[in-house]
Amino acid sequence: MPSLKDLKNRIGSVKNTRKITKAMQMVAAAKLRRAQEAAEAARPYADRMAAVMAGLTATASGSGTAPRLLAGTGEDRRHLLVVMTAERGLAGGFNSSIVKLARQHAELLRGQGKQVAILTVGKKGREQLKRDYGSLFVSHVDLSEVKRVGYDNARAIAEDVLDRFEAGEFDVATIFYNRFESVISQIPTARQIIPAEAPEGDASGASALYDYEPGEEAILAELLPRSVATQIFAALLENAASEQGARMSAMDNATRNAGDMIDRLTTEYNRSRQAAITKELIEIISGAEAL
Amino acid sequence: MADTMQFDLVSPERRLASVPVREVRLPGSDGDLTAMPGHAPTIVTLRPGLVTVVAADGTQTEFAVTGGFAEINGESVSLLAERGHPRGEMTQEILDEMIRDAHRRRKSVEQKRDSVGEEIVTAAVKMLADMEALGTHVGLDPKQATIPD
Repeated sequence: MPSLKDLKNRIGSVKNTRKITKAMQMVAAAKLRRAQEAAEAARPYADRMAAVMAGLTATASGSGTAPRLLAGTGEDRRHLLVVMTAERGLAGGFNSSIVKLARQHAELLRGQGKQVAILTVGKKGREQLKRDYGSLFVSHVDLSEVKRVGYDNARAIAEDVLDRFEAGEFDVATIFYNRFESVISQIPTARQIIPAEAPEGDASGASALYDYEPGEEAILAELLPRSVATQIFAALLENAASEQGARMSAMDNATRNAGDMIDRLTTEYNRSRQAAITKELIEIISGAEAL
Repeated sequence: MADTMQFDLVSPERRLASVPVREVRLPGSDGDLTAMPGHAPTIVTLRPGLVTVVAADGTQTEFAVTGGFAEINGESVSLLAERGHPRGEMTQEILDEMIRDAHRRRKSVEQKRDSVGEEIVTAAVKMLADMEALGTHVGLDPKQATIPD
């Protein structure tokens, strides 16, 4: 049975914890709003890019002279996994869910006898993958100094990935990130960026309509690297929104748990106090009766 | 035929402009061109330069872009630029940064000359020259940028 003093200290410390988690929740809520706005603002560019790419790829992929970024190297042996996680923890299952998906993917590929390399973005994913896959790491992108992810960050990652592709280090690149569904739901997603996946939907009509200047091939060659950067940028933004969303709901839970704990401890504290009073009374009464 | 068309200038991070316009003058990589309502659907790549937008009442607005591409059809022009600034907001610092970027790109492709091919190197050199021409055009000094080694 803990003493009254102990209980009081416990209650005090849980109250402090609750204050912190509450504050973190509110900070995450504010950041989430900003992250969502950024994701929203980036949408027009990504949408237009996707539409133009859809038109171009539909005609080019059949031609046989398609650039390697679109057609691939003709092999499917070496894979690069770009695992994008957060720089900070305390965001519920945010980091773990991405890492879990990447891990499954890596195991599957290795089971098929393929070669896997991993490029990590964000410290947390690197830490979690280090033990099992440390030898497969090829590079790490540190975003801890970055307050708001910008297109420049995405472009730097894309350039690194493209350089490796040019150098023939891998055949297929896949990015792993959390797609932002809502505050309570973020979906770990794997998306192949190299070779470019044929976009869904009917694009056959779109391309015939346009004149291309310079030729289709030249435009495609210029757009493909940009499209990679745009996809990475979109993933970074989704990830940022997801991270804040996940942190917000995790901290909301933590705050509620702390509240429950305070209630329980307070009840226990009152009970022991009551017990102590009763005990003292019995002592006094039995003392008086003995006289 | 409508006498205005919708003009959108978007960068990866945000939409910079979205206005109805009478004509748009674009710095295409194979030469300048003007898009007016009813233009045949075209997709063009751009070199670094100034985009001039003429609004319905004849007022002109200029934007400096660092290349990208434009999608033109009869009713709209969508310009996708990696970077775009209204001409009034172009400062020496922004220009310096753009030129530094172009220098860096040229340097990196020159080192890989054998693997990327001569064409890409030429493109990077041209990109840099266009960037400097753009700087002079808006009245800034392209020589001030420090060249990274």
